[in-house]
Amino acid sequence: MGFWDALTGRTKPIAANLDALFALPSASITLQTAAGFEPTGVGSVCYREAEGAAFAQTQTDIVALLDADEGPDVERTTDSFGFTWLVSRQDPSDISALVTDLHAVNTTLEAQGFGPGLLCSLVGFVDASGRRLGLVYLYKQGTFYPFAPQSGQRRDNLLEIQVRDLVKGDLPVEAQLSRWMPVWGAPGL
Amino acid sequence: MSSTRFIRDTGLTARMTLVMFLLGAVFVGLVVALMYAMPGYAVLIGVIGLGVAWAQWYFSDTVALKAMRAREVTPEEAPELHGVIDRLCTMADMPKPRVAIAYTDMPNAFATGRSPQRSVVCVTTGILDRLTAEEMEGVLAHELSHVAHRDVLVMTLASSAGIIAGMLTRSAQYGMFFGGGDRRGNNNDNSGPPFWLVALLISLVVYAISFVLTRMLSRYRELCADRSGAFLTQKPSALASALTKISGEIATIPTKDLRSAQTMNAFFIAPALNGQSLASVFSTHPPLAQRLEQLARVSAELGRPLDGGFPGPGLGR
Repeated sequence: MGFWDALTGRTKPIAANLDALFALPSASITLQTAAGFEPTGVGSVCYREAEGAAFAQTQTDIVALLDADEGPDVERTTDSFGFTWLVSRQDPSDISALVTDLHAVNTTLEAQGFGPGLLCSLVGFVDASGRRLGLVYLYKQGTFYPFAPQSGQRRDNLLEIQVRDLVKGDLPVEAQLSRWMPVWGAPGL
Repeated sequence: MSSTRFIRDTGLTARMTLVMFLLGAVFVGLVVALMYAMPGYAVLIGVIGLGVAWAQWYFSDTVALKAMRAREVTPEEAPELHGVIDRLCTMADMPKPRVAIAYTDMPNAFATGRSPQRSVVCVTTGILDRLTAEEMEGVLAHELSHVAHRDVLVMTLASSAGIIAGMLTRSAQYGMFFGGGDRRGNNNDNSGPPFWLVALLISLVVYAISFVLTRMLSRYRELCADRSGAFLTQKPSALASALTKISGEIATIPTKDLRSAQTMNAFFIAPALNGQSLASVFSTHPPLAQRLEQLARVSAELGRPLDGGFPGPGLGR
């Protein structure tokens, strides 16, 4: 926010930045070959539900759109912070279908003016030993960060740093470590 | 591509800019008047006054936390509170402020600090007990908007003329007692009024004008914070219900003694003149009805359909 905007109390809602999502498939290949992490085929979008009929209509349209293909239906859950997660499941080998789903959710919300309500998107990975990893996309920054939860609200920071160095060439990675916020119990991980 | 539901409130911006312009004019007027009335002390008083204002702004977080007996809490101590603020800051793309809790039953929350990087958001245990998670989020979004708008800086700048005038009033009173027979300065011609009287009058007038204007500005800033807070959480009704709860509880606690309330009415010219209109000039926060009305407008903006929105099944591919 600029000085003049601050002085006059004018708020500009931060617009979401969606384009980097399409870099996910190449990062997924890097993770498979270099670290042994396979995509789980589960991805989710996290956003704030706005009140009013316009949002309800938009959400219904999105769910109908994603359910139009064959395969499992999207799942909608609300977490303890009041954010809504829309979970999409696709064939694990077809990560670009998953990314397209996520992108469709985002563009629809943005086109209806609900872009400022988007928080993050998440794509899940798992390796042979069962370690889970999520690549989290922050809309407002347009950057990704890895999130590797362990049991009991601990996270595997070492693995996260490793993954960051691996996918740095494929994705815009969030440089500020303080923004690598955990999303405990996120659906799709 | 991206469309927005955020409509600018140009009226509010215009009113706020006008008030700030008037405050600046008052400040300049004070300086010019000082230059004429007491050229020797004008610079010194100005520098001290600005120094006081600067200190108020620079140490705002420490002073406010001390005054409220608040304690900073870590994410381990208050995980829910930190989690909500984390998410709101991510959505608003702003640095996360420090979080403090004041152990008092009075429901209140405030944000202070010299810059968004060095700010602190404080809530009382009273407000945590009374509000639901959703309402609490609305209140926190309101406070984060204050941080993003740099309201501490703006309000300190706005009140600096008043601070100087207040100091001047006090020093002029000293002048009245001790400096009446002062031979220094411009007392060579005894035709004009003594300089302390001029200074006292100027400073009193400036203080009064600046007081009313600052309060006005504060109310506009509150409306702005309400608005952007509601757009951040996308739930104006949650903030509205929180405001109703807090103001409702504060408002129902009587301030006047039971015995004085009846007898005092007899002395008033009209019983209808209960101080409501006067209070609305002097209060730092807008009346509840005005805030709720604005939140209802935000709610309508969020609910209105946008045309050309849904991209249709063909576009998603």
